[in-house]
Amino acid sequence: MTVTPSPAVNPQRYDIGSLTAAIERRFGPAVAPSLEDSNGDICFAVRQPDVLSALSHFLFWEARCAFGGLIVEERDQWNLRYVFRIPRSGWAHFILRVPLEMRSVPSISAQVHAADWYEREAEDLFGLDFEGHPRLGDFVLHDQVWQETLAPMRKEFDPRANFKKRPRKDWRPTLVVQDPGSFAMPVGPVYEGGVGESVHFLLETVGEDVIRALPRLFYNYRAVEKIAEGMPVCDALLLAERFSATSAFAHSLAFCQAVERALHVEVPPRALRLRVALAELERLRRHAGTVAGICKSTALSVSEAHASIIEEKLLRASCQFAGHRYLFGLNRPGGLRRDFDAAACAELLGAVDRASAELRELEERLRYSSSFLDRLEDVGVVSRESARDLDLAGPVGRASGLRNDLRQTCPYSGYEAYRFEVPREQEGDGYARLRVLFAEAQESARLIHQAIESLDPGEVGAEFKPTRAAAASGWVEAPIGAALHWVRLDREGRVERYRILSPSFRNWLGLHVAVEEFAFQDFPIILATFGLSATECDR
Amino acid sequence: MGLWFWHGLRKGIQSTRYPRVMESAPGITPGRPLATEFASAEEASWAAANCPVGAIHANGRRAIVDLRTCVWCERCHFGAPNPLSWDTSYEWAGTPAGRSANPRMPAAFGRSLHVMVVDAGDCGACLHEVKQLNNPLYNMHRLGIFLTATPRAADILLVVGPVAENMRGPLLKTYEAMPDPKRVIAAGTCAITGGVFGRSFMSAGGVGAVLPVDLEIPGDPPPPLAILHGLLVAAGRRSPSPAQELVGEGV
Repeated sequence: MTVTPSPAVNPQRYDIGSLTAAIERRFGPAVAPSLEDSNGDICFAVRQPDVLSALSHFLFWEARCAFGGLIVEERDQWNLRYVFRIPRSGWAHFILRVPLEMRSVPSISAQVHAADWYEREAEDLFGLDFEGHPRLGDFVLHDQVWQETLAPMRKEFDPRANFKKRPRKDWRPTLVVQDPGSFAMPVGPVYEGGVGESVHFLLETVGEDVIRALPRLFYNYRAVEKIAEGMPVCDALLLAERFSATSAFAHSLAFCQAVERALHVEVPPRALRLRVALAELERLRRHAGTVAGICKSTALSVSEAHASIIEEKLLRASCQFAGHRYLFGLNRPGGLRRDFDAAACAELLGAVDRASAELRELEERLRYSSSFLDRLEDVGVVSRESARDLDLAGPVGRASGLRNDLRQTCPYSGYEAYRFEVPREQEGDGYARLRVLFAEAQESARLIHQAIESLDPGEVGAEFKPTRAAAASGWVEAPIGAALHWVRLDREGRVERYRILSPSFRNWLGLHVAVEEFAFQDFPIILATFGLSATECDR
Repeated sequence: MGLWFWHGLRKGIQSTRYPRVMESAPGITPGRPLATEFASAEEASWAAANCPVGAIHANGRRAIVDLRTCVWCERCHFGAPNPLSWDTSYEWAGTPAGRSANPRMPAAFGRSLHVMVVDAGDCGACLHEVKQLNNPLYNMHRLGIFLTATPRAADILLVVGPVAENMRGPLLKTYEAMPDPKRVIAAGTCAITGGVFGRSFMSAGGVGAVLPVDLEIPGDPPPPLAILHGLLVAAGRRSPSPAQELVGEGV
């Protein structure tokens, strides 16, 4: 898929008020504000499916909204919730309701390229057809394992029952490049001695240069959203924490925030501060790990050793502070499960200071290693327009100049009270991504200081009791980028529908822009600078 | 380049001395819950009921922990009115309960063991802890243990994750491509019993449902030294943790 140039429109800046007015003016009764099911989110009801493509075109190209994801829900009707992010003013949900017997809705991925994979996913898991989508089928459920007719996310499907698989024996991958002499080199899903996550790549090449590299994901799909259905909130929290454990705290935080917003639970200020400290600790550790991965991909092994020592020391500091190396078991709806004393906090600050000083030292050294920079500069370039088009998340998007940090654009957990920079670069190459990572790690260290030093004594957890049926979303800026968790609870506090819109899902979709027409030996480097997680995408 | 070499040397040797000396640096392990004697039977049954995955069983005043299903949610530890006792050990690798598997490779492999890792639906944590073994702080190479990129050269198949259905085929192919003698290690609670993912249409609920497992390393995730202990057991250089310890009895 190549990025089509933006159609002739005059982009304007809208806030929520002016956007609502513009939508009413333009789409009249077909799209109207809706209070049903909103719970603090701004919702619109889309009453006619055929305005969907004009609406998404308007939102994406004229109002410059980012596409956040698609949430499909099977209730008495299909509820299709298109989530958009209004620049600098929060989220807007556009809900299309169609009868259950209607299995076909218009595709919006021609207008909004970022919607491409969401539609493919919904088609595969719900059996919905997106009219006009060029490539449906064989996505989450691999055709060499599963029959195409299976729709496991439908309510009638029991995930724990025994199930007969009817794989397609004659399945072959689709090749894009058709030049004479071209061939595809398969990589994965077991590669890199297995310490790489399970992903499969088809590197389509005519010799030295790779023309296209299409990832085939979802080897790690464990149907987290499906098995969460019917679980009590506190059990589903275990899944939120463990579906992508290298960002466990961020995702459990997003889940807890969704539950808290649904049930109007007020989190005590001390817990909010500690949550910020822990989330930033996770970001710092994760960024150190990504830097280690980049150093490894360029085969500069001393720098890799230094970066991985920093990462392991942060893992140890996390364990010493919170009892678990990956910060499991801390979040709960209403706050945190435990408090930390002043001595532990002081020790954490010491470890964070050491890590940030060592990272700064490492960055200085790398900046003057020309052999290292040669491997990163002008490698895997993503232009700002492509980054926006595919809504690249987190440091990858920011290295291409996007303003996509939720801590700044839609603050949560009290981030608006902190002083911090959101580093951005313009070049969009591998080196820009590395610089963003280093700069963000320093900001995280600053944030941990601010959070810990402003701690007031008090409770760390409000009482939490499920009381009513409700649905809401919670979001965080996870280390890889913006994540949105959407939860619908029933009256007993059981999960009716759980949806994870993860940053890796978007960045895997965007990877193909960076890996077009590149030299074969650059492939691991581009991959490392994206810092992707397959399991976060697969769920 | 020369400068980098110098910087590397200046940092000195940072590797742990395990297994010659037990490592005791803080933060290397989250520890594990132990069988605990409570003051009353009510407290023990409360602890059992409080466990979200049913890993704690009450037996009178005693609460017994099944480490093979424990997911380290720490709910019996932090914030619990009557917390279970925890230790800070990490030598957890043991043979699967009810099976007389021999986890040891023949003696010739004791000084050179090649490990193939397969991510079979892992959440990233176990895999990440395996990766840490190549970190200078653990430096697995000094013990003659290497990660290998090809199953043809592998002696040990180290599987993480509950075996997601889309990975079943690649996992079996990897196993079949390995020459004999070989051993299969299931690392992490998910790989042993399926963990929080359990058994479903998309998850086999553990490696044991797909392949014969010779050694299990509990933990969610098992810390690097627990995985290293498992590899040393397979190399015949360390003894496995007794089977009853895996279910928390006798500790």
